[in-house]
Amino acid sequence: MATYKLQINGRTYEADVEPDTPLLWVLRDNLGLVGTKFGCGIAQCGACTVHVNGNAMRSCVYPVSAVGNSKITTIEGLSADGDHPVQLAWDEVDVAQCGYCQAGQIMTASALLNRNPKPSAEEIDNAMHGNICRCGTYHRIREAVALAATKTK
Amino acid sequence: MIGNQTGKPVNRVDGRLKVTGGAKYAAEFTAPNMAYGFVVNSKIAKGKIKSIDTSKALALDGVLEVFTHENRPGYVWGDKNYQDKDSPPGSPFRPLYDNEVQFSMQPIALVVAETYELARYGAILVEVEYENYSFDTDFEKNIKQAYIPEKYKSSKPPEPWGNPDEALANAAVKIEAEYSHPSEHHNPIEMHASLAIWEEGGKLTVYDKIQGVQNSQQYIANAFGMQQEDVHVISPFVGGAFGSGLRPQYQLFLAVLAARELKRPVKVVLTRQQMFSFGHRPKTVQKFALGADTDGKLKAVQHDAFGETSKFEDYSENVVIWPGVLYNCDNVKVSHKLVALDVYTPLDMRAPGGTTGIYGLECAIDELAYKAGVDPLEFRKMNYSEKDQNEGKPFSSKELRECYRQGAEKFGWEKRSLEPRSMKEGHNLIGWGFAQGAWEATQKQAAAKAVLTTDGKLTVSCATADIGTGTYTVMSQIAAETVGLPLEDVTFKLGDSSLPKSPLQGGSWTVSSVGSAVKLVCDKVREKLLQLAQQVANSPLANATLDDVNIEDGKISLKNDPAKAVTIKEALVQSQGKSIEENVSSEPVEGQQKYSPYAHSATFVEVKVDEDLGTVKVTRVVSAIAGGRIINPKTARSQILGGVVWGIGAAMEEETVMDNNLGRFMNHDLDKYHVPVNADVHDIEVIFVEEKDDHVNPLGAKGLGEIGIVSVAPAIANAIFHATGKRVRELPITLDKLL
Repeated sequence: MATYKLQINGRTYEADVEPDTPLLWVLRDNLGLVGTKFGCGIAQCGACTVHVNGNAMRSCVYPVSAVGNSKITTIEGLSADGDHPVQLAWDEVDVAQCGYCQAGQIMTASALLNRNPKPSAEEIDNAMHGNICRCGTYHRIREAVALAATKTK
Repeated sequence: MIGNQTGKPVNRVDGRLKVTGGAKYAAEFTAPNMAYGFVVNSKIAKGKIKSIDTSKALALDGVLEVFTHENRPGYVWGDKNYQDKDSPPGSPFRPLYDNEVQFSMQPIALVVAETYELARYGAILVEVEYENYSFDTDFEKNIKQAYIPEKYKSSKPPEPWGNPDEALANAAVKIEAEYSHPSEHHNPIEMHASLAIWEEGGKLTVYDKIQGVQNSQQYIANAFGMQQEDVHVISPFVGGAFGSGLRPQYQLFLAVLAARELKRPVKVVLTRQQMFSFGHRPKTVQKFALGADTDGKLKAVQHDAFGETSKFEDYSENVVIWPGVLYNCDNVKVSHKLVALDVYTPLDMRAPGGTTGIYGLECAIDELAYKAGVDPLEFRKMNYSEKDQNEGKPFSSKELRECYRQGAEKFGWEKRSLEPRSMKEGHNLIGWGFAQGAWEATQKQAAAKAVLTTDGKLTVSCATADIGTGTYTVMSQIAAETVGLPLEDVTFKLGDSSLPKSPLQGGSWTVSSVGSAVKLVCDKVREKLLQLAQQVANSPLANATLDDVNIEDGKISLKNDPAKAVTIKEALVQSQGKSIEENVSSEPVEGQQKYSPYAHSATFVEVKVDEDLGTVKVTRVVSAIAGGRIINPKTARSQILGGVVWGIGAAMEEETVMDNNLGRFMNHDLDKYHVPVNADVHDIEVIFVEEKDDHVNPLGAKGLGEIGIVSVAPAIANAIFHATGKRVRELPITLDKLL
């Protein structure tokens, strides 16, 4: 076991865990940040996506020992009041059905818009291709990312 | 039809929680002093456990107990006590009952420890010695032993009518074909999970992933010999289920058992691999013999289905009712036999039976239309059913012709040439396919409670679920419209077994059943409101009846003189601080049994098939739906889009592959079990045609959870035939089958 000081959502958290513990487990089980989800455990579904220094990463295969001083953002920290353009667009287009995979979808989409505020349809598809949604919300995900892009400053 | 709330595309009332990470699912609840359980699954498909050694696991510091068939406590072990509201006929599986292994990955032990990691590690250390028996998992090998079950879980296949053998023999145009689809798994992205909290005085609180909290409640009470009122099951959000949460799953039983024995909270969460260790859509083979005359008039249908089941329960679905629902034909005979394998019992999966039967039927009809030289859509129009021939009843409503018209127009069907391989773009062959579908629009008994407090806030409740369907939202809309309040003053509560009685969430019947109960209870609140409004001094409504007034936007006003009004808040002052509280139980509407209630769909599909590589892209889908009154066009569209995506998965990708050497499903993760991903989904248009239905239920709404999927896979398969001239009769249509 080792103690890790993690910079998450602008706060410092401490976790006493094994070095190879996936960041996802630390978030969910140690820190109670359960907005980030477990879906497959093998980086295939994207439900566990968080931002590491602004980039979308799969936290289910990201060992806590690799985090270092990187800034982690989870769905809970994406915006103060749930009013990030991607969250607003998601609500407006009715993307979420069961909602379970949506934190991962939203974190992937917001990371895309961070680095590319006006993505083409193809760029949206390329960015979103690794996030699985079993409700089949893909069509609306595409619509919502495009809508969010019109509202991103 | 647009009321002041229903018919409006309002945003999902729980949408904000779902985009901020605020919605909590079963595994995310905790309790002080909580322990973690990890399930050990059988490595063999059939046999006996000769010995199970838990000593190494128990020796770990922090492992609290390992439960097996050897040390499990003596509760109530009669198999009937394990039946739930979705059980097929037979003897339900009882976790840890004895040393017998009935299927691969059967749960055989639960390791409980202070942490999840420790429980999982302990599970690796449990040593099991098996006695292997020979097993049957090969469907094709066992189809010879197919049998007619004593009792069907589904409707009994209808008796034949007319003279099908003679009509077939005499038909000018005939086809015979065999269609099959493989076992498929639901794979919601959320794992099945239960947290059981044992409380002082023998009461139990459980957070469970389930499509009906009262099903879990009843199951626990029966299996553990408890009073139902001592069992409280909570499930506010469900991360997808698609049928997998209709029956209480083994993690629930094991969590409760451990919590009860250890007298502390125990959480059991399954892994993705373990999500393949219980129910699935059964592999099904369908044989068709169809006959028509040279003009394309359907003369005879023979439809025989063979569906997978387990050795301990007779699972069946409505696979063979569809010829009688979808076509007008004078000579029909159908049959449905079961093939029992050493697997866990199959389990309803989105549109069970419909997804299967309509796939086979609509492809076979396409073959027949081609043989007769008739456009496939024209063929459907010529053989349109005006009544349900299985039941001999008229439909409660059926605007399928309008689906044909609007769908064909949007898609551009008239530009289609009948000839396969007639459209090409570079090295892509282009194909256009059509299929139609139907799904039952059933109403079940449901109860509801409404409380209107003196500050004008309304809370309506029922123990139903919202598995992503939009229940929270549409129930709030129905309640707000009926009582005349703005949507933000209404709260709908669900997912709690202490709330009024609800059917399972499944079968596309929630809006119809729970929605009717919500409407009824809110009508009672309306009555009370008018009575109170009439007690206001000099009330302008003193002589008014309910028919004379409008209640909307927080006001009760005379229809013929809207200036004469009493606000709801003024009326509530008359109740002297008491809330209005009403309870109802709503039954299926009177006279309903005279009609056959179905929603209908018409699906038009374009595919592009790479001639060299055999890759298929579903480039365009138009799904036209006749689903009665649409309560919320936004959530309704989402339901149909999801159904279309499921159809794409069934047609192109989904297959759980049985390894008959091990008797085990091989591809039990999201790497090898392919579900549709973003790249599979292109242009999809949803059309809701206007459909008025006065018979189906008091709302005139039919439910949309399943009608969106049923005709998609056959439309894709038919489009692939049109593109390539190749008829693939086995799902999924992967590229190897096209080369």
